[in-house]
Parts: sequence; C-alpha cells; structure tokens
Amino acid sequence: MTRQKCKGARDLLPKDTEGFRYIEDIFRRSCLSWGYQEVRTPTLEYLYLFTAAGTLTPNMLSKVYSFLDWDGWSGERVVLRPDGTIPVARLYIENLSRQEIARLFYVTNVFVFEDTGKENRERWQYGVELVGSDKPASDVELIVLAIEILRNLGINDAQIHLSHTGVLKALLNELKLNHGEETMLLDQIFDGNWQALTEVKPINSEVSRLISLFLDLRGKTSGFLENLKALPQIPVALKPALDNFSEIASLLDALSCKYQIDITSTRGFEYYTGLCFQFSVKGERVGSGGRYDNLIPLIGGKNKPACGFALYVDPLANFIQPQAKRKTGQEILVRCDKTTPDSIKTSFQLAQSLRQAGYVTELDFSGRQSDERWIIAIQEKTPLLLVIDQARNQKKEVSSIADAIKMVGN
Amino acid sequence: MDYVRIALPKGRLLSATACLLKETELEFKDYTKDTRAYRLKSTKLPYLSAKIFQEKDIPIQVAVGNYDLGICSLDWIEELLAKYPTSALLKVADLEYSKGNLYLAASRYGSISSPQELSTEQYSWRIVTEYPNLAEITALNLRLRRFRIFPVWGAAEVYPPENADLALLWAKDESEIRAQSLIPLKTLLSSNAFLIANRESWQTKNVSQIIAYFSQGLEMKNKPWLKIKTDVARSSNSFRPDFNEEKVWLALPDGHQQPPTLEFLNKTDLKLQGYAEDNLNRRPHSNLDWVDVKVIRPQDMPLQVANGNFDLAITGKDWLLDHLCRFPSSPVTELVDLGFGQVKVVAVVSQNLPVTNISQLQQVQDSEVSPLRVASEYINIADKYLRDNHVSRYKLIPTWGASEAFLPEDADLLIENTQTGKTLAKHNLKIMDTILQSTACLIGNKNSLESSKKKRIASLVKIFRRAVENN
Repeated sequence: MTRQKCKGARDLLPKDTEGFRYIEDIFRRSCLSWGYQEVRTPTLEYLYLFTAAGTLTPNMLSKVYSFLDWDGWSGERVVLRPDGTIPVARLYIENLSRQEIARLFYVTNVFVFEDTGKENRERWQYGVELVGSDKPASDVELIVLAIEILRNLGINDAQIHLSHTGVLKALLNELKLNHGEETMLLDQIFDGNWQALTEVKPINSEVSRLISLFLDLRGKTSGFLENLKALPQIPVALKPALDNFSEIASLLDALSCKYQIDITSTRGFEYYTGLCFQFSVKGERVGSGGRYDNLIPLIGGKNKPACGFALYVDPLANFIQPQAKRKTGQEILVRCDKTTPDSIKTSFQLAQSLRQAGYVTELDFSGRQSDERWIIAIQEKTPLLLVIDQARNQKKEVSSIADAIKMVGN
Repeated sequence: MDYVRIALPKGRLLSATACLLKETELEFKDYTKDTRAYRLKSTKLPYLSAKIFQEKDIPIQVAVGNYDLGICSLDWIEELLAKYPTSALLKVADLEYSKGNLYLAASRYGSISSPQELSTEQYSWRIVTEYPNLAEITALNLRLRRFRIFPVWGAAEVYPPENADLALLWAKDESEIRAQSLIPLKTLLSSNAFLIANRESWQTKNVSQIIAYFSQGLEMKNKPWLKIKTDVARSSNSFRPDFNEEKVWLALPDGHQQPPTLEFLNKTDLKLQGYAEDNLNRRPHSNLDWVDVKVIRPQDMPLQVANGNFDLAITGKDWLLDHLCRFPSSPVTELVDLGFGQVKVVAVVSQNLPVTNISQLQQVQDSEVSPLRVASEYINIADKYLRDNHVSRYKLIPTWGASEAFLPEDADLLIENTQTGKTLAKHNLKIMDTILQSTACLIGNKNSLESSKKKRIASLVKIFRRAVENN
C-alpha cells in the first residue's frame, strides 16, 4: 500500500489521543484553579504579525508555512500559526486590553517546517500567558504553576534552567557591535549557536573574561548571581537586569524551588526581554517560557509587560506512565442480530438505559467477537435479553432492561 | 555507457554557452540563436543529448532528475534553493561567463537610500521581482516588519517608485542599475553561468568525459566566450516620477502583444511617444496629460490592476482568467474586448498517446503509479482545469515559455496557447481540449471605477470602446 500521509505529519491513534487528553485535562484543571481562562486563536494569521522586528528570528521565519490566500492579490501573506504566544498577544490587544491583568491559557498546534520529515511539522503545546504584571513574583508564579502541572502528571524530576535575556543583551552591548552585527549575533544565539559569541573578538580582554564568567559557570542559588554582581568589572548597564534576575532567584530559593542558572539555556524566541526558563525531564526539553515585555507594544498594543510559558505535549507524552493515563470505564456490547425495527428499537433503548446508568455501551449489528466482559444480546422472542458474562463464562436470560442492568451491576 | 541528458539555456546565455561548447569541441548541432529545434544531439558523444529550455526552468528540471546536467546562471539556482534548500542539485563548476549581480534597489526619486531605513518603519514595503523566493529571504534578513512581494515576469525596473518601493533585479553592474534611475541598496549575490548536476545522477552515472570537456575549457588561455556580450534588449526608462493621485495609470504590454496593441492605439485618440518596437520607452509619453503609461509584461497586469497599482491595462483574456482562477474574488474585470490577439488556450498531449479527451486521459492515468505531469505557463488555469475534471493526482510544472518542448519526456499534459496549432503539430502534439478563446482586452479594477478618478477612467474606457466600435 502506498503511504498517503504527508511527510512530517502524524496521525494520533486512539491510544495517543487518550494520552494527549489526559495531559490536557490535568493542564486545564490546574490552570483553571489558578484563575487562568482558556482561549483559542485561529490557525491562520497574517505573516506580518510574526515578522515585526524582535519576534521570530529570520531562521525561524524561513520555516513557516506562509502563502497567499484566495483573496491575497495585494501580496499580503497568511501563515499557519508558527508560535502560540504571538497570536495570544494579538488576541489580548484586540479584545481584552482594558483588562488590567489577563491570565490566559490555550491548547494549540503550531506548524514549523523540519527538513528531514522525520520529526513532526505540526506540534502541540499547552501555553499559559500572564499579561499586565512586571513583578518578579509573576515570573515565579509561572514557574511554580508549570512545576505543579508536571507533578500532577506524575513527573517529579523536572529540572529548571534559568537564563535572563536582559543580562544577555546587556553583555552583548559591551561588545560594542553595530546594530546589524548585534542583531545577527543575537539571531545565531537564539538559534542555539553559542559558539558565535565566543568567535567575536571584543575590544578589550576584560569584556571577553566577563563573558566567559557568565557563560561557562552554572549557579544553583541566588548567591551565584550576588557573587557576579559583586565583581569589580561588572558594568553599570548590567546591574538592573542582574538585580531582577537575582530577585527572582531568591524568591524561588524562599519557595525551596530548585533550579540551575545557565545563561546559555536561552533558545528560540527573540521576543524575550527578561527571565527565560526551560523545563527538562531526563535531559529532554518539555517546556520553556519567559518574560516578553516588548512584544505587545511591538505588534501594536499599549506598553504592557507580560510573561508566559508553554509545555510541549509530544515529548511529555513519552514520560507519562501508562497506568497513570486515564482508564476507560467498563464497556458493554449490545448485540442485535435481527433486522426487524422492533429488535433494533430495543437495542437502542437498552444501550441508552445502560449509558444513563454509567456504562460505556457499544452497539453491534454484525455479530462480531468481542473482548468485553459483558455482552447483552437481543432475542426475537421472550425472554427478550440474553446476558453473557464472558469473564465467568455464564449466560442468563432476562425479560426486562432493568433486570439486565441489575445483573451487570452485580 | 550511461545515457546522459543536459539542459541548455535559451536567451541571454545562449551565445556564450554555444561558443564555450564549440571551443571545447563538445558541440551540439543546431544550438544557435535562431534555432527552432529543442532536442539536440551531441556531435561528439553518441550517449549525450540536450534539450533547450528557458534558463529559469533549468535548475528545476535538473533538481527533479529529468536532466543529469544543466547550464544556467547562479541567480536561478539560488532562487530555487531559497525556497527548497534540500533540492537534489549540485553546483559542479563556475563557468565564469555572463557575469552580473542581483541587486536590491530603490528608485532615485524615492525616499530610501540605505537598507537600514527599511527595518525601522511600520510601512508595508512593496517589493517587485522576478525572484520572489530570494526576495522573501532578503526581506526577512533585513528584518522588514511588513512587506508584500509582487512576483513579476519581467520589467521589474519600471515599477518604482510609484508602483513599488523596492525592486530585486539582475544587472551586469551598478551602472546598469543607475541607468534605470534606481539606486542599488544591497548586492545580494554575484552570479555567473554554472554547470549544475542532479545529485542522484552524479552519484550513480559516469559523466566524467563530459566534465573533462568543461575542465579543458576552463583551463584554456584564450576564452572567447567570456567576451561575448549578453544580448539583452534593454529598453530605456528615463522619467520624472508622478505621484499625482488623480492621474489614470494605464499599463501596456511589451513582447508579442506590443505590435497589435500599437496598431490598435493608432486608431484611438490616445497618442503615445516611445511605444515603438525598435525604440521602446518603458514610460511612453501620452498626449493626454491626465494619463500615465507604463509598459510591463501582460502576464503581470491583472495582479497589478487588482493591487490598485494600475487603473487600466491591456492584456489577454488568458492572463485575466489565470488571475481569476487564483483569486476568484479579485476586483479585476474585463471592460472592453479589443478583438485582436486571438489565441486559444488548449490542453495538449503527445500524438503517440491514445487519448482524445480528458476523461480518457484520466482513465489512462488511473492505472499509472506516478501522478500526471502537467506543464504550463498558466499554472492557475491548469490547476483549476484538472480539479474541475477530477484528475486526482497531478504535478504542476510551471514553465516560462517554450512549453511545447516539455512533451513527451518531461510532461504528459500541456496547457498552452496557440494561434493556428501549426507549431504544436510540428512537434508531434495534438490538441485534446480547448479551454478558452482568448483575445486582447482592456481590464480595470471595480474599486477604482468608484474612486475620485472614475470620470477620467470612464473617458479613457470610452476612447478604447469607440475605436473598437469604429473598426
């Protein structure tokens, strides 16, 4: 048989979908209990929403699915949503901007081209955005919420990596590059190429030592950041970002939330301005987030601070223990071999009553074999029903629907 | 010995390529400027054959594996790779001739003088180009916050500043760009002619003997092909820009449609200076001071009228239909049927194929494993024709002219225009279906017919209509 599925696309089979739904239910319940509200954005957006400077890197934009719509003669392109945060920021600007604080969450697919075709080009993520607060405690709220969701999923060993785009940008500033060079370097860094940074030759060696102090070391408490702050060669311009980073870290310390400080853990999104965080399980990234105070003004909104995170469903599904996935209830098969309107009517009535009594009930008109424990066959003559208990290998005839339900219940 | 096929360019590169092949003794009979043949035999190597293509088609033909080798300019290779970086294409050798560059340029009469100015503004930049894929990457790398790309078949230089902000175009050097009243903002790449190979062919076939001829040529002391001037008919484009919003913009065709259009215009009250075949000014001067005229490719007109860049244009119904197949709710509409320029848009197959209509072709196709290969200049007409006829699996191969050369080796079906059908018959092809009877027509934008210019537009339409009625 020739394969007809698109390269890089995936079918979610019942078992996969069940896993996805399980994660989704826990995610939704957790978010709702923290006062977040669910939103959905359209699959199609205008491309320019994503090209506005400082949102996605050119490398990411070269992998989006963009095209001209059927009325696109003006040349304005549309795109299959390549990112979850930017559309939600747009939704906020256009609909909720009068709200001082907006706590929003969403379950969405994003589309990113991947050239081998071996990985998914359509990826699912669960995202959370907190718009309207610039407080370090809000950054912390998101981390704690994410960790709580992971725990509810049975994942207790998630690691947190912290970085800070404000610190990173201030460091790059010390290299005194021109605007174009700096943007290009930042693009490379966000695409994961940290090597590029060490290849730049700074004007004085002091700067290069400073950069390696930040890049090569990993800290585990806010003390690490305080140590860096106390260094004699720390430029004044770096202080505000470092203060913010240290404050967030000390809040996490107070909550006994363990993390690792790793400046090089930043990936992907140019719209981050402050704290960035990553969640990983057994070395695999399962989520990330950060603060993006400039995004909303960049795409045409008022000056609104915001932060958010997303959990990646595909890798997460691999870490969920099968027994922890949702169990389906006991199923009953109602079998009807006859084609008379009366028999078929009875089978529908019986199935309806069983469902009302809380059983998952499947109808069968073809006499197939079944693994279900209970089969109830409709008979032509009274007694009307034959109840088969496959587990005990027993059969019993009953004359009413109520009797059948009673038997199954025992 | 493996049978080897090479794709050779028409047009700009032909003279120099023919000279190189002749000097290195890898000559092909009939590879000359005036040739009417498409399929060529090597005079030296019996296992080598060639086909002549539009230069733009060559990287695609080599990448899909229809040809093992090809010669074309680097700009078209990069245009393909910009969109499809994983294409099975190898750049084998730089052949050094036909030097030129791709430039991003703005009008000297506009307000842009450096690429930095582009990224700071919220404005939606209009970029006109024959290289839409490279244009998109350039726009992204320049961090343009908002942009629109107008892909055109040609004459990109004539759009700025009134009808586009930027043009991405090929030129020999900066002076050629400046001669078009443009300022080069950025050089995107230098482009010479290249020898390219299909990756699979390169890995499996022995083409070393052919490559050796090229290597020998590259090592020669005297390389006469480098001295051959690329023969491009450049037209002049000297003007003062006109930003007066009350003027009526009229687009007139170049190429095949120009002589009959000129003949028609001579019968109207619109008199033009500079719209002659031997001395084409891309901005002919009109005797009506409220009409501004530009000469562009007829293929590009419906989109430009839809955009509001032009109010009226003379093009063919074929191109109008192709546009409407792509954009069904477009505001472009036919205003006057001008009657001349009669062609049929037809579906064509090889004489050797035992089918006489599309449903028979469909039945033949159903038993095939591979999808139907359809070559066409009218990519949107072709797409709709196949959809409407329930052809379930097909691949569209966009072409830039001389499509009849594609059948039967490189395509199964052709959607093409023809006047008499003679050329098709000569190439052993037969017409299976007629999709459209096309003539030249005046097109307009429904929205601009309601604008403040509507009176002026109506009077120009009347001038054309009167000429048709008096005929």
